[in-house]
Amino acid sequence: MLKITDLTKRFGGVTAVDGLSFHVKKGTVHSIIGPNGAGKTTLVNMITGVYSSDEGSIFLDGADITNTATDQLVYRGVCRTFQHLEICGNMTALENILLGFDRYMSKNLLQTCFRTAKIVADEKRYTDRAMHLLQLIGIERYAQTLAKNLSYGILKKLEIIRALATSPELILLDEPVAGLNPSETAEVAELIKVLTDDEVTIVLVEHDMKMVMQLSDHITVMNFGKKLAEGTPDEVLSNPEVIKAYLGSGSFE
Amino acid sequence: MKILDRFHIKSSLVILALLLAVTPFFMTNDFYYEIAIVALLNSIIVLGLNLLMGYAGQISLAHGAFAGMGGYISAILVGSYGFSPLVSIGSAIVVMAIFAFILSKPILKLKGHYLAMATLGVGIIINIVLNSEEELTGGSDGMSVDSFVVWGFEFTQSWEWYILVAVLLLFFVWIMENIIDSPMGRILRSIHDSEKASGSVGVDISHYKSIVFVISVVIATIAGSLYAFFSGFISPQEASFNHSIELVVMVVLGGMGRIYGSIIGAVILTSLPQFLTAFEDYQTLIYGSIIIVVMIFMPKGIVSLLDNTRWQRGGKNA
Repeated sequence: MLKITDLTKRFGGVTAVDGLSFHVKKGTVHSIIGPNGAGKTTLVNMITGVYSSDEGSIFLDGADITNTATDQLVYRGVCRTFQHLEICGNMTALENILLGFDRYMSKNLLQTCFRTAKIVADEKRYTDRAMHLLQLIGIERYAQTLAKNLSYGILKKLEIIRALATSPELILLDEPVAGLNPSETAEVAELIKVLTDDEVTIVLVEHDMKMVMQLSDHITVMNFGKKLAEGTPDEVLSNPEVIKAYLGSGSFE
Repeated sequence: MKILDRFHIKSSLVILALLLAVTPFFMTNDFYYEIAIVALLNSIIVLGLNLLMGYAGQISLAHGAFAGMGGYISAILVGSYGFSPLVSIGSAIVVMAIFAFILSKPILKLKGHYLAMATLGVGIIINIVLNSEEELTGGSDGMSVDSFVVWGFEFTQSWEWYILVAVLLLFFVWIMENIIDSPMGRILRSIHDSEKASGSVGVDISHYKSIVFVISVVIATIAGSLYAFFSGFISPQEASFNHSIELVVMVVLGGMGRIYGSIIGAVILTSLPQFLTAFEDYQTLIYGSIIIVVMIFMPKGIVSLLDNTRWQRGGKNA
């Protein structure tokens, strides 16, 4: 589904991503792991068009999407979440989800100014669907609460279902459980499983090894912008290079 | 969407209409009417500016200049080219909309202080052009403007103007409520909160910034043109930096991102200097002190006084 070839990004003298190639199969969870500074977030930013690529290409179902802007990618079924929360704090939880549905709603200026029946009908229809998504993560009682007053754990999940509202085929999750406690982490893992049941392909950037090993179909290990190893969780676990570079001498648990 | 529930929107509009209808009974002479009309015209400009600043989070220090420029275009088309007032205002709207759209593309890429600087520059340039193009604009002396005639009806009496402007204000309040309570309004507010978030769900940020900028400039053009017709005279003073700053202060003092805050801010700041004339030399001092005190004790604007009462809108401050 997503194919990356020889992708390179340089920031001055630093090569953050260096000739990286890999392939994400449809309907799988593909994790990208590596030590801090390995270039994982840079990679996500390149795939979603935040950074332009210096070399190499990104293909989505065979079509070249290199340097396509984030908002355009949404219309091609690619959506992302952020390592550092990007939630609209002065909007309610419900409105944050509705924002995800806005791509389907009428934004015609005349219809908007005079609030035609179409606007009202859209609003009602997608409010119902947004409430469904809020129920999925069990926070429908906070629908009318301003996002800035919600807990960090809830907002992390809110960001994921906001992405889900755009009905993507591919979601890139940048550290979805960073800073969460074990029970919240388990809830996010559960949510990711629900997504894969819906046949959504997932690219997961994460430091929580337990979750990565449990969810991933395939793992790419990065270090200093290069691909260090790849394979199934078991293959990666038993790779001595990976253990040396990334995991040290400890164990995963 | 429940945040601005429709019942509150309708009842607030009715209350505003009643206030506007009752006010004339307290206005005993033309002077009061004049203040009221200018205050309502300022309210209309501030409504548009608040959509840009309070909702979409983009500052403009040039809206006085835009209103003045719109007024000049209308005045010149009527005076020198013999257009009818309505056609001239319509033409001014088209010209200013195109001008604002082209301007918005490079300028709204800037953020925060840099955007403030850029709009400040645009406003000053407009003012300089109006001052120096003497053949067209009469230079710093200004120019007289023909009377406002619509389908043979000439607006001459103060109360006629008052009704026109009051109806227009109600119309724009209604339009603003509709814009804010819509997918587009939600997108504008999301751009204010987090451009990354709006981009990640497919919002073409530059497009919506341009749209909101054009809307606010068009509204300023309409009010600026009507002001020119009402006073029968326009000078670069209307397009001055001072006027632009006044409008921004009206937005902030009334309440950022609050529709009725715009009206409160505009009405108070327009009428306050008139009531302070009794203090003569100390007028400016008292005016400034009042603004400072209000901002210290009501950082969310004067409209926040209405919160915590039954006026409060569900969820807004939950």
